[in-house]
Formats: sequence, structure tokens, C-alpha cells
Amino acid sequence: MSKTVRLDMKLNGDDVQVEIEPAATLAQVLREQLGLTGTKIGCGEGICGGCTVLVDGTPVNSCIYAAMKAADRHVQTVEGLSHDGGLHRLQRAFLEQGAVQCGYCTPGLLLTAAALLRDNPHPTEPEIRAAISGNLCRCTGYTKIIKAIQVASQSGPRSR
Amino acid sequence: MLAGDYVTPSTVEEALATLASHRGRGRIIAGGTDLMLQLQRSERAVGCLVDISRIPGLDEIEMHDSHVVIGAMATHAAIARSPLLHEHAPALADACSRIGSPQIRNVGTLAGNVVNAQPAADGSIALLALDAEAEIANLTGRQWVPLSSLFVSPGVSRVDASAELVTTFRIRAQAPREASAFERLARRKAVALPLINVAARVLLDADGSRIREARLAIGPVAPTPFRARQTEDFLAGQVAEQETIDEAAEMAMRECKPRSSLLRAGKEYRQELIRVLSRRALVRSIEAARG
Repeated sequence: MSKTVRLDMKLNGDDVQVEIEPAATLAQVLREQLGLTGTKIGCGEGICGGCTVLVDGTPVNSCIYAAMKAADRHVQTVEGLSHDGGLHRLQRAFLEQGAVQCGYCTPGLLLTAAALLRDNPHPTEPEIRAAISGNLCRCTGYTKIIKAIQVASQSGPRSR
Repeated sequence: MLAGDYVTPSTVEEALATLASHRGRGRIIAGGTDLMLQLQRSERAVGCLVDISRIPGLDEIEMHDSHVVIGAMATHAAIARSPLLHEHAPALADACSRIGSPQIRNVGTLAGNVVNAQPAADGSIALLALDAEAEIANLTGRQWVPLSSLFVSPGVSRVDASAELVTTFRIRAQAPREASAFERLARRKAVALPLINVAARVLLDADGSRIREARLAIGPVAPTPFRARQTEDFLAGQVAEQETIDEAAEMAMRECKPRSSLLRAGKEYRQELIRVLSRRALVRSIEAARG
């Protein structure tokens, strides 16, 4: 029986304790142990950004992020974006603008965009492009994704 | 199993003692963006991961007397947005802003970039041009060593991450009439390996007409991050004019040995890139040094 280590973190606002493999990635713990499969593993190499989650508000690639690094920190996944059953303004804008095709990159893009709008509520298009440069989409060509982030930025945080 | 244990020491001494107790089977993890991938691919097995990210002060970026010091846990993102580094080490701030993606830069560290010893490492190339030094801590104490002495072969540095760690880098504060610049070309603007990267630094004489000292670091054109020393020697004492720069860029191209690579580009194209990017980096450095 191999040794496990205990991870205590805050996950989408709730305290969570879980016994994990010492070298487990955050993506593995979220998906396989905590059942939060909204976080997608695309390339599994820290390139595509599909696995992006926020750790203390900062976007990281959870597929190459040691889960133990999240100890005593706040991890936010796409499951934590909606509130009381209502969609986040970014989720609504992605739907309305048709920014979702196969959907695999969407959770990562939503979290990257949420971090951007928190730091910069009204980003320019070049600022949006730079912010999402680590989130690859192979369906839409980004036009509608950028549009959706712009629309969400105009709707303001109170309309979430 | 990929790793037997995971510990987060709160001092450098505690980290070293933990490594010692695992007798070569422990390994330092900083950001882990390279190491976690190596573990996932089973390219490496580790007895204990020793996470140095909770050691207080190890992420500092500060001016100490005549040097800028950069802690081992400083991320590429923190370096790229540091006003102090934009002022004193523009080549480094620029290099770190071009590494990987925002997500990688939020986690990956300059120290990890150096210890992983890839000849294309943007951070190492900039540090070489800046004559940076690294402080290595091990059980015998702490020692400052020039960055240029750290690289052995592709992926192998002199820092033994199973027994020691880099704690800090230091770079001499930029002098008047001195500046640095970084150039890089890749297939895309994000998440792409450099085809060639170049960092230049020049120190001009008092009236800004002659080059007193020059550094030119280029990657990946050799088994380790490369300094074009012949070109540097040539530049010292020359008039800082277009003709000199063209000759230096030509010399740098001849001094490097780029290979054809499916990941990057053909040898001939990469040689041309060395010439063009060296020229651009030198021109930008000289212009900035003149203010």
C-alpha cells in the first residue's frame, strides 16, 4: 500500500479534506477523487489550458500543478462559477454569443476570463487576446469567445 | 508510484535536511511545471518532493545595495511585471514575459528554468547576458556562482536538486549608459518553443559613442545556453554604429552551431535568425543605453 498525504483546501467556497497520492496533479484530484469533471484534461502537458482552474484567484494549468500546492489555498473550478443555480455572466455570454462548439476548452476559458474581468473589468481586445493566449480552442477560431468576454465585461458583475 | 512523500519545509535549512534524509531520492519542487510533467510521464521517480514554495521571503524581487536580487520562487509572471526588473534588467523581464503561457508563467519559476538547463531556456539566456550569479545552498553552506558555470549538457545543470537548491539570483544594477534587450522568434506568439532567442547587453562610454563592454547570449545553438564570446570580445572598444553591429551579427552567426530540427526549423533559416535577432537585440540595447 503506497503512502498518501492529506490535502486540506478550500474548493469553490467549501473546506475539503482528501487523502491523495503525493505527486497527484490537482486535475486528477478534482476529477477522479472529488468528482468535479468540469475541469477538462486536453493535452495533459500544460499547453492547451483546458484544465485551467483558479488557485487563490490565479489561473494555473491543473494537469501539471501539484495538488499539494493547493494546500490551504482557495481553488475555484467551473462548478463554482454559477450561483444559486444561476449562470455566471460569462457563462451566459458564451451561450448567447455561440462561443461554445465542442465545449472542451470552455471551462478553462471561463475561468481565465473570470480572472481577467476581476483584475480588469473593461479589457481591450488586445488585453483579452493576451489573457486567453494560454487557452487553445480548435473549433471557433476565438472570434466569438472574444466577443462573449466583451459582452460579459459590459454587463457588469452585478448581473451574474 | 511517482513520489513517496510530499513535504513543505518552512526554511532552506529544513529543506536541505529533508533532502539529506532521503539520500539522493528527494527532489526540490518549485513551480513544478517541468517536474510534474516528468513525473506523469514516469521519466523520473522521486522518494520525496520537497516543496520550497512556503519558505518565507524566497519569492522576493528587491534591490540589495548594488544588486537586484530575485528569489528562487519568483515566478515568470512576477518577474515580467516587476518595475525594478524593467528598469535594471529589461532583457530578463522581456524574456520571462514570453515563456509558455499566462498559466505557465503564473506558476513556473526562473530558478526552475535555470536548473532544468535547457539550451533554449529564455530565462537562462537573459541571465547569461546580464552576468547574473546564483546562490546555491547545500549542507556545506551557501555560495555565489556565475550563471555561466551552471550548465553541463541538455537538461543537466550543476545544481543537484536531490541535495541542494538555488536560493537567489543577483544581477548588478544597470549603470548609466548601459542597457539590455531580448529577442525571440517562435512559430506562434504563445505556448511555443523559440526557434532562436537572443539577449544582448551593452555598456557604452561616457559620450555614448563607443561600446565599452558587450554580452550576447543565444539559444538553442549548442548543448548549453550559449554565450557568443568571440563576438563579445570583438565588440569591446568598437564604435557603436551600424557597420559594427552588422559585423558583430555576422560573427555571432558564424560562432553558433544551430541544427536542423523538426521542432524548430532548418539550420540555414535558424542561422539567418541568429544574425537578424542579434542585430536587433544589439541595436535596441545601444539605443536604450543612449537613453
